[in-house]
Amino acid sequence: MIIIGEKISVIAKKVREAMNARDPKPIQELAAAQWKAGAHFIDVNIGPAEENGEDLMKWMVESIQQVVQAPLCLDTTNAAALEAGLQVHNNEWGRPLINSTSNEPDRFVMLEMAAKHNAQCIALTLGKGSLPADAEERCGIAAEIMARAAEYGVPMEDLFLDPLILQVCTMQDQAIHAIKAVKMFQELNDPPMKTVVGLSNVSNGVPKEMRSLIDRVYLTLLMYEGLSAAIMNPLDKDLMDVLKTTDIFLGNTLYAHSYLEM
Amino acid sequence: MSYVIPKESYTGKVLSFDFGKDDRAVTVGGENTLPFLSFEGQQPNKPVIAYEIQDCPPDDWPDTVKEAYKDVSGDPVAWAKHCQDVLNAKAIALRLLSTHPDRDDRSAEDAAKTVKDVLAAVDVPLVILGSNHIEKDSTVLVAAAEAASGYNCIIGKAQEGNYKTIVAAALAHNHKLIAMSELDINLAKQLNILITQMGFSKEKLITDPMCSALGYGLEYTYSVMERIRLAALAQNDPTMQPPILGDVGMYVWKIKETVAPEADVPEWGALRERGIAWEAITATAMLLAGTNLLIMRHPAAIETVEKTIGELV
Repeated sequence: MIIIGEKISVIAKKVREAMNARDPKPIQELAAAQWKAGAHFIDVNIGPAEENGEDLMKWMVESIQQVVQAPLCLDTTNAAALEAGLQVHNNEWGRPLINSTSNEPDRFVMLEMAAKHNAQCIALTLGKGSLPADAEERCGIAAEIMARAAEYGVPMEDLFLDPLILQVCTMQDQAIHAIKAVKMFQELNDPPMKTVVGLSNVSNGVPKEMRSLIDRVYLTLLMYEGLSAAIMNPLDKDLMDVLKTTDIFLGNTLYAHSYLEM
Repeated sequence: MSYVIPKESYTGKVLSFDFGKDDRAVTVGGENTLPFLSFEGQQPNKPVIAYEIQDCPPDDWPDTVKEAYKDVSGDPVAWAKHCQDVLNAKAIALRLLSTHPDRDDRSAEDAAKTVKDVLAAVDVPLVILGSNHIEKDSTVLVAAAEAASGYNCIIGKAQEGNYKTIVAAALAHNHKLIAMSELDINLAKQLNILITQMGFSKEKLITDPMCSALGYGLEYTYSVMERIRLAALAQNDPTMQPPILGDVGMYVWKIKETVAPEADVPEWGALRERGIAWEAITATAMLLAGTNLLIMRHPAAIETVEKTIGELV
């Protein structure tokens, strides 16, 4: 399982303040902690960043890669900011991941960026209209995005299909649709398409003390269906323990008594 | 339509280390493919064979292999020099067998002196083995590690019951270390984790999943080694990426096929050829399963296996 650490987000007050003040320390600490905890990518969510977005993303990428030898997942709707980040990204530790394209026309540019900068790309199976109703509808959108990716010259193995995880507390029936979509996405190509989720969306809106439990159980179900990657909190030890244990059951890692410590 | 060879590519890679000193040092490991699949990846270092000698006369070895060393085996220094100078050994494995309580129960100090004498007499890299007695090895190997300080040896075997003191000694005197478990891949992984958690680098470890002779459980050893390699390469499991050791000779030269005289079993053919072939075939199977360093006894078997390695790499 590929772990994409979610903690560096403009939504978090501490991160937002550090971004505004261009204070690298809190951001570097969060990046290093997530990397040490097992994150393979560090998500860098600067939001729409309408003002000085390019400057901000460039500064974020450089600050984080000073302390972390890992590729980054660049998370913004601002294409110019994204490109500025891709230009300074150090590919020595892996190719960057773009978060994200979708079936909305204003997100097509992300595929152009992926092709131009040899980056991988997350594709959210979301169209112009309402939310996808079920797994089949998600697959239909995925197929459209895959065709477009091919037009832009993005190889299928560089695409991570995201079924769009919704809140269990308000849209309970969507939880199982997303799980089924993860299974069905893989069948859209040979070799199977890669899949990714924004895990903690599932527990948005539920009481705080229940969030980790809900994330944990949901992750196990998704992994059983072959999920390739998750944007999640690697600093949640209970969540990481469940992930490692599920990897043991699925035969992805070799058992040893100390497997939780690895 | 032309045939395209299907190729696997792996995310993981086997670690490599060198042992010995200066221009006689040898490197083992480093491949990023299953053994000898040169069309899929690189295997930068050939598997190495260490000639096994011991610190007391090989009374319990069968005649075929005893005969090969009859003029030198009374003295470990003469034996080591013979392996290096006459047989062109690339490495030597000195087993401190006399320290075993059921053998001569010689002291750790005696063992340390033997190690020093052998190191002074030869230039080739040395593997230093205890007598495989859990308690005794934890004192003998500590003394041996100190005596060999600065020679960049491989010492072992560290096992679940004694690894702490042996790891500490290897760490203090900068040696490579054999981590041995008994035909259990999960325990092999666990031991490697425990050893690295003591601050010992995984880049200085070699895994011994326990050997066995053809006809006596070889398939278990083969399977464990193969699964270790697949975990290292396909799952990119860092705890399973150290090179692998095959301690072949001691398992082969005690079974009835290498001991039974022609008079008793004429249908088995000539005793000498039979024993040599048995060791060579067992060792070759270990190579195919992923072994990077072999410990062997008979010069003719070693010559055969070295020729095979030369043809495969």
